[in-house]
Amino acid sequence: MKKIYSVLVENRAGVLAKVAGLFSRRNFNIDSLVVGETDARDVSCMTIVSTGDERTIEQIEKQLNKKLDVIKVKTFREEDAIDRELMLVKVKYNKSNRRDIMENCEICHAEIVDMSKSFMLIQICDTTEKVELFLQVLKGISIVEVARTGTVALQKCRENER
Amino acid sequence: MNGAQAIVKCLEAEGVQELYGYSGAAICPLYDALLSTKIKPVLVRQEQNAAHIASGYARMKGKAGVCVVTSGPGATNLITGIATAFADSIPLVCITGQVVSSMIGSDVFQEADITGAVESFVKYSYLVRDVNDLPRVMKEAFYIAESGRRGPVLIDVPTDVLTAELKKFNPPETVQMRTYKPTVEGNAAQVKKVIKELEKAERPIMCVGGGVALSGAIDEIRAFVRKHQIPVVSTMMGIGAMPTEDNLYFGMVGNNGRPYANRAMNEADLLLVVGARVADRAVNRPDLITENKILVHIDVDPAEIGKNVGPTIPLVGDIKHVFQQIEKEEIHVKEHGAWLKTLMEYRLKMTEKRPKIGKQFVDVKLFLEKLSERMDKDAIFVCDVGQNQIWSTHFFRVSEKGRFMTSGGMGTMGYAIPAAYGASRARPDRQAVALCGDGGFQMSMCELGTIAQYKGGIGIVVLRNNTLGMVMETIRNLYDSRGTMVDLGAEWPDYKKIAEAYGMQYFSLDGASDMEQVLYSFLHAEGTRILEVSVDPQDRV
Repeated sequence: MKKIYSVLVENRAGVLAKVAGLFSRRNFNIDSLVVGETDARDVSCMTIVSTGDERTIEQIEKQLNKKLDVIKVKTFREEDAIDRELMLVKVKYNKSNRRDIMENCEICHAEIVDMSKSFMLIQICDTTEKVELFLQVLKGISIVEVARTGTVALQKCRENER
Repeated sequence: MNGAQAIVKCLEAEGVQELYGYSGAAICPLYDALLSTKIKPVLVRQEQNAAHIASGYARMKGKAGVCVVTSGPGATNLITGIATAFADSIPLVCITGQVVSSMIGSDVFQEADITGAVESFVKYSYLVRDVNDLPRVMKEAFYIAESGRRGPVLIDVPTDVLTAELKKFNPPETVQMRTYKPTVEGNAAQVKKVIKELEKAERPIMCVGGGVALSGAIDEIRAFVRKHQIPVVSTMMGIGAMPTEDNLYFGMVGNNGRPYANRAMNEADLLLVVGARVADRAVNRPDLITENKILVHIDVDPAEIGKNVGPTIPLVGDIKHVFQQIEKEEIHVKEHGAWLKTLMEYRLKMTEKRPKIGKQFVDVKLFLEKLSERMDKDAIFVCDVGQNQIWSTHFFRVSEKGRFMTSGGMGTMGYAIPAAYGASRARPDRQAVALCGDGGFQMSMCELGTIAQYKGGIGIVVLRNNTLGMVMETIRNLYDSRGTMVDLGAEWPDYKKIAEAYGMQYFSLDGASDMEQVLYSFLHAEGTRILEVSVDPQDRV
């Protein structure tokens, strides 16, 4: 079962190591982990995607809550979340495939953000699924470098939210 | 006021009377600041034992034990002691010196990343970078260690922070942490559910763990089970929550427990797990335990509930508070005299046979029974780890006011002597006896120096078989019979000479001795004394 954990933590030195260490120490999976500041300077938000059986999922939430740097944990399913991932891909192009690449970018809502005579840097921001798909599409041409952020997600809007 | 003086002020405010540790360059300013206070520092011989002494002290005081050591090896030596306390939820506040802030990360002399090293077995840790944070950190550390599920907290303080001047010493009156609010009171609706199940149950049983003693709930638990005639089994850490001889007590569960205790737990239709983890050593197949029974799990740590076994009814709260809540409710349990009678029959019939003992050796069962009989009624008994531990859980009889302590979760050899010493420092009015094998004794033998220097008065029993007996049994049971790495050699040490070297009285027991006579002399001797008991290396738990 895949779950997304949106974890608000104290923005202090060493907190990322403590949370990441918890996952390795307890033998929990990390599919992806993203950290960034929130609107409050002293609070960071970690988005962790993890898979495991029901007991593991419950334990992850409880163990996260037990950490004294964790302010709040929200656990939700993928379908209840809006999730996005950013990917930058550098490809080598030539005259014959240039048009093709541009078309694919258009179809996938990807953007060419930098280029030189033979290299292009493409940016895509979408769900992990779409990002994967776009990567597959590019597989036919020569990919030089790939950088992905991993998933950031928030729960979908509900009227009864605090 | 500098950082070191601020720490001392905070320790005084917490009511700390003594602490254990080892000095060194990085921590010197703090020991210097202690000179002008009434807090007594105790210089141990190895840092690990400072944590064990603090643990024994904490368990008897019900407050955090304090250790202060230096950076690098001082701090890393403390690690096993911290992990031991963490596994058994013992409150400790450990202060470690650290190299000068600007040098951190450059691998200078006696530098170790101690907060990183202990992360997975402290409740929380601090690396203090600003001297002005110290009053808040100290206040938080004691609060964290002593509340919720107790545990060790580590504070790492660089030397320059110890010597830096505070702008103003204004410790907070209360702890404000948005990330830490332990649940103490049980949820009222859950309490009602538990009571409903209690009233329905035909074969109820309670399994008590270390949480009962830790939350100071021994009286509440005894009153509850006696009032409703609920039979009790215990985990290793729960031993002593009920007096051994109590009619309602049916022994320790688990793979090293009594068969009748396990059977009682298996056949119950309602199992109340109270302040226990349902750990691997206590329950063989946790996944199967809920098959034929209602499982109520009461614990202060929500993460323990459902970790190893899915409960039917979870109830988060401090045991003492929860049972005070339950006490206020009117409960009508079903008559279950027949169930109790069945359990008593199991207890009578299912007591396993002991292997035959060589004539020249002391029968451990008899010895432990006699020892518990002859010890003071409110004595503190600490057993080590190994065969001596399992034998103690089986044969030592904890009396109504007695205490039984051991390193249950971590199984740290060498725990008994320093922990018993710490316990006796907390309660000098009570008799304290440490029981260990010859392996465990030699692991903390160096502390005889500490105990002698500070004029401690504990009884130390060494079950001597020249073997790491428990490991030997494992090897025999699971591998082959050759038994490598378990032979301690028959000649060394000479316990009599060791006792003499530290100015302690020495006694010995073998198959031919008058046990009553020797026990009497040993238990009534002045100061710390050592009793060497010759046991059969072929004996099994």
